[in-house]
Amino acid sequence: MTVQGQNAKGALGVETVGMTMRFGGFTALDDVSIEIRPGSFHALLGENGAGKSTLVKCIMGFYRATAGQLMVGGQEVDIPDPNAAHAMGLGMVYQHFTLVPSLTAAENLVISRADAPSVIDWSRETAALEAFLDGMPFRVPLDQPINRLAAGEKQKLEILKQLYLGRRFLILDEPTSVLTPAEADEVLGLVRGLCEAGQITVLMITHKFREVTAFADEVSILRRGRLAGKGRVRDLSHAEMAAMMVGAAALPQSAARDGAAGEPVLSLEGVRAIDRSGLKPIAIDRLEVRAREIVGIAGISGNGQMELMEILAGQRKPAAGSIRVKGQPFNARRQQARINCVRYLPEEPLRNACAPKMSVTENIGFRTFDVNGKGPRFWLGMRELGRNAAALVREYKVKTASLESPIAALSGGNVQRAVLARELSGEVDLLLISNPCFGLDFSAVGEIRARIMAARNNGAAVLLISEDLDEIMELADRILVMAEGRIAFETPGGQADITEIGRHMAGHA
Amino acid sequence: MSETDLGLWAVPLAILAGAIRVSTPFLFVSLGECLTERSGRINLGLEGTLVFGAMAGYAVAYESGSAWAGVGAAALAGIVFGYVHGLLCSLPKVNDIAIGIALMILGMGLAFFFGKSYVQPVAPNLPAIGLGWWSESPQVRSALQVNALFFIGAIAALGLWWMFKSTRVGLVIRVVGDSSDAARATGLRPNRVRVLSTAAGGAFAGIGGAYLSLYYPGSWNEGISSGQGLMAVALVIFARWNPILCFWAALLFGGAGALGPALQSVGISQGYYLFYAAPYVLTLLVLIATSSPNRAMTGAPGELSITK
Repeated sequence: MTVQGQNAKGALGVETVGMTMRFGGFTALDDVSIEIRPGSFHALLGENGAGKSTLVKCIMGFYRATAGQLMVGGQEVDIPDPNAAHAMGLGMVYQHFTLVPSLTAAENLVISRADAPSVIDWSRETAALEAFLDGMPFRVPLDQPINRLAAGEKQKLEILKQLYLGRRFLILDEPTSVLTPAEADEVLGLVRGLCEAGQITVLMITHKFREVTAFADEVSILRRGRLAGKGRVRDLSHAEMAAMMVGAAALPQSAARDGAAGEPVLSLEGVRAIDRSGLKPIAIDRLEVRAREIVGIAGISGNGQMELMEILAGQRKPAAGSIRVKGQPFNARRQQARINCVRYLPEEPLRNACAPKMSVTENIGFRTFDVNGKGPRFWLGMRELGRNAAALVREYKVKTASLESPIAALSGGNVQRAVLARELSGEVDLLLISNPCFGLDFSAVGEIRARIMAARNNGAAVLLISEDLDEIMELADRILVMAEGRIAFETPGGQADITEIGRHMAGHA
Repeated sequence: MSETDLGLWAVPLAILAGAIRVSTPFLFVSLGECLTERSGRINLGLEGTLVFGAMAGYAVAYESGSAWAGVGAAALAGIVFGYVHGLLCSLPKVNDIAIGIALMILGMGLAFFFGKSYVQPVAPNLPAIGLGWWSESPQVRSALQVNALFFIGAIAALGLWWMFKSTRVGLVIRVVGDSSDAARATGLRPNRVRVLSTAAGGAFAGIGGAYLSLYYPGSWNEGISSGQGLMAVALVIFARWNPILCFWAALLFGGAGALGPALQSVGISQGYYLFYAAPYVLTLLVLIATSSPNRAMTGAPGELSITK
C-alpha cells in the first residue's frame, strides 16, 4: 500500500473484479466487474436498490465484499475500513452534505484533516487554504458559515474538501439531487475539468440520464445487483441506457394531454409576504390556474417558490392580497380544502405532509379520518381506514413492511407514493405540488408524473412548482418563471424556449 | 455630604457590587451549560449539581480547613454528576431533558441528605481581592471586595471562547454539537465527546455551588440556591451559546438580583420584595424577546433537542 501514498499526485484508477456481496440469503451484489480508468468520469446508473450503494460501500471499506477483488492503481488491495480507503486516496461525497452548518468553510476544512493541530494558528491556516484554493479551478468564500452558502456552493466545498484531503479518486453519490439545474451543470462541469486535467478520477452515482450524457465518459449500469451493461457514453442513447436500467419492464409513459383548459380554479391577486430569511419580499401580482391545466413554476431554489407553496398551504401568512379558489376566499382551512377539493403534495412529504411516527394507515387516513359521509365523526372507523389504506397501498404500489409500520420507515419514493395516494383519492379540483420527484428513482419519477397528468386530464387544476426544468417542460401547459420573489416570465408549455426560460431564471430579463 | 454617606450613589454602587457578587454562580453554571449545549446536549441537572457542589464544597472545606480544597471537591462532584448524565444519555432512546430533571432532583436530595450535619459548623470562606484601595470610603471598599472565583470565571469565559475558536478540541465539540452525521463522517465519536463535555460542564456547575456556600451567602443550608442552575439555561440561550456573552449576561442577571437588596439598603422599604423577583421577570422577558415564530434561533447548536 506504500505505492499510493498520500503525497502522490494525479488521478487514481480503480477496478472491481467479480465483486459479490451477500447479506444472509440476499445477494446485493453479484459478480460485478467495473474498470474505472485514471482520469475518467464514470457514471454508475441504476434504480434504487440496484446495488449502487453496496458497490461503493465495498470500495470505500464500509462493507467487506463476500467475494471478488479490488484493484487500486493497478494493484490488488485490501481495504478493511474507510480510513484505509482514505489513506489510499479514495474519497466519497455523500448525497447529503456532511459539512457542519454553523462552522465556516475554513473551519470545516481544517477540522476534517486527520492531523488537525491541537491549537489552530488561524493566520497560518488561512494562508495555506488560500494557497490551496489558488491552485483550484473554483473557490468558495472561506469565512462564511456553511448555512449561509447556497446548495451549489456547499457541493463545491464538499468536492474541494476531498481534494484538500489529498483524495485522487472520488465517489459522488447523487451529487446533484439537492442542486438546481444551473448549479448542477456548473458543479459537474468543474468536476469534469478536474478529470480532464488528470487530477482526479470520478465515479458518480446518478439517476439522471442528462447528466450522464453531458458529463460522463463511461457508464456502468446495475440492475438487481448485476452489471446490466456498460460502455462509452457517446455510443449509448438514453433509450438504450433506460432499457438496461429497468430491464424488460415497460416504462410508465406520461398519459397524453387530453382536453382544453376550463374555468379558473385558483386565482391569486397582489399577494405579498416576506421570505424565509425575513429579508426579501415575495410579490405575486397575478396567478391563475384553470381546470384541466398544469401551470408549471420554474425557478432557481430560493427565489420564493417554497414560500409561495407555504402561503397556499397555510404554513405562511401573506401580508396582503387575495387568494381565491372557485371565486371564494381561501385561507387553507381544512374545511375549505375539503369543500373545494384542494389537495397538496408539498416537497419533503415526510416533513410537510406526514406525521412520521404514525402508521401508514393513519397517514393515509389524514383526509378522511374525521368525516362520516358528509358530517363530522367522533369515533374513528379504524376498520374502514384500514380497508381504505390497504386499497390505496395496492393501487399505488407503496412498498411497506406492513400497514402498521411508521411511515418514516418507508423509503423516500414510497412516502411520496403514499402521500400521492392520499391526496389523489376522491375528487380533486385543485392540486398544489412542489418538487414531487426530488431524489426519486427513474421508474418512480415516471409513475408520479403519469399520475399528475392523469389528475389534470380528469379535470383538476394543477400548480406544479419544480426546480427540475425537464419536469416542467414535460408536464406543464403553461410555464411561469419565478425570480427574486416575483413571476418574471410566462410562456405556453408547447413552444417554450429553454434558453429563454433559463435566462429569466437567472434574473437577466 | 460627609465622607461616609454616599446618598443615592449607594444604589448603583450596591447594584454593581451585587452584580459581581451574585453573578459568579450564574457565570459558572452558564459556562458549564454552554459547554454542554455546544456539544449537542442539554443538562437540566445543573441545578442539582450546583446544590450538591455547594454541600460537598462546604463539607470538605470544613473538614480540611481549606476553602480551595472545598472548591476542588465541588468540581469533582460536578464531574461525577455530568459524567453520569452523559453516560445515561448515550444509551439509545434516552432523553437528555428527562435525565436532567431526574438528576436535578437526585442531586438536591443527596445534598440535603449528606449535608444535614453541616448546617451548623462554620467552614473557612474563599478569599476576596480588594479593588477599593483607591477610595477612602468604607462602602466603596467593601463593595469592591471581589472574590477570586469571579476572576477565574471571567478568565474561563475567555478561555472557552478561545477554545471554541482556535483549538482542535473546541472545533470538535462544535462539530459534534452541530451535526452528528458530519461528525461521524469526520471520524469522530459524538457520544464520547458529549460525555466529556457534559462532565466538564458539571465541574463548572459544581464550582458555582461552592461559591454559594463558601463565599456568598457563605454558609450551607437547604435553601442555598434560588434556581440559578435553571436560570442559567435561559441565560445560555440569551447569550447565544457564546461564552463571552455568557459573562455579560451573568452580570446582567446578577445586577437584577441585586436590585432588591440595594433598594432596601437605601431605605426603600415598600415593595422591594417585588424587586427580588427581578431575575425571574428578566428570565421571562429575555425568553420572550429573543423568540420568534418565524425565525430559527441563530447560533443554536443543530443537535440540541430543543432546536431540532
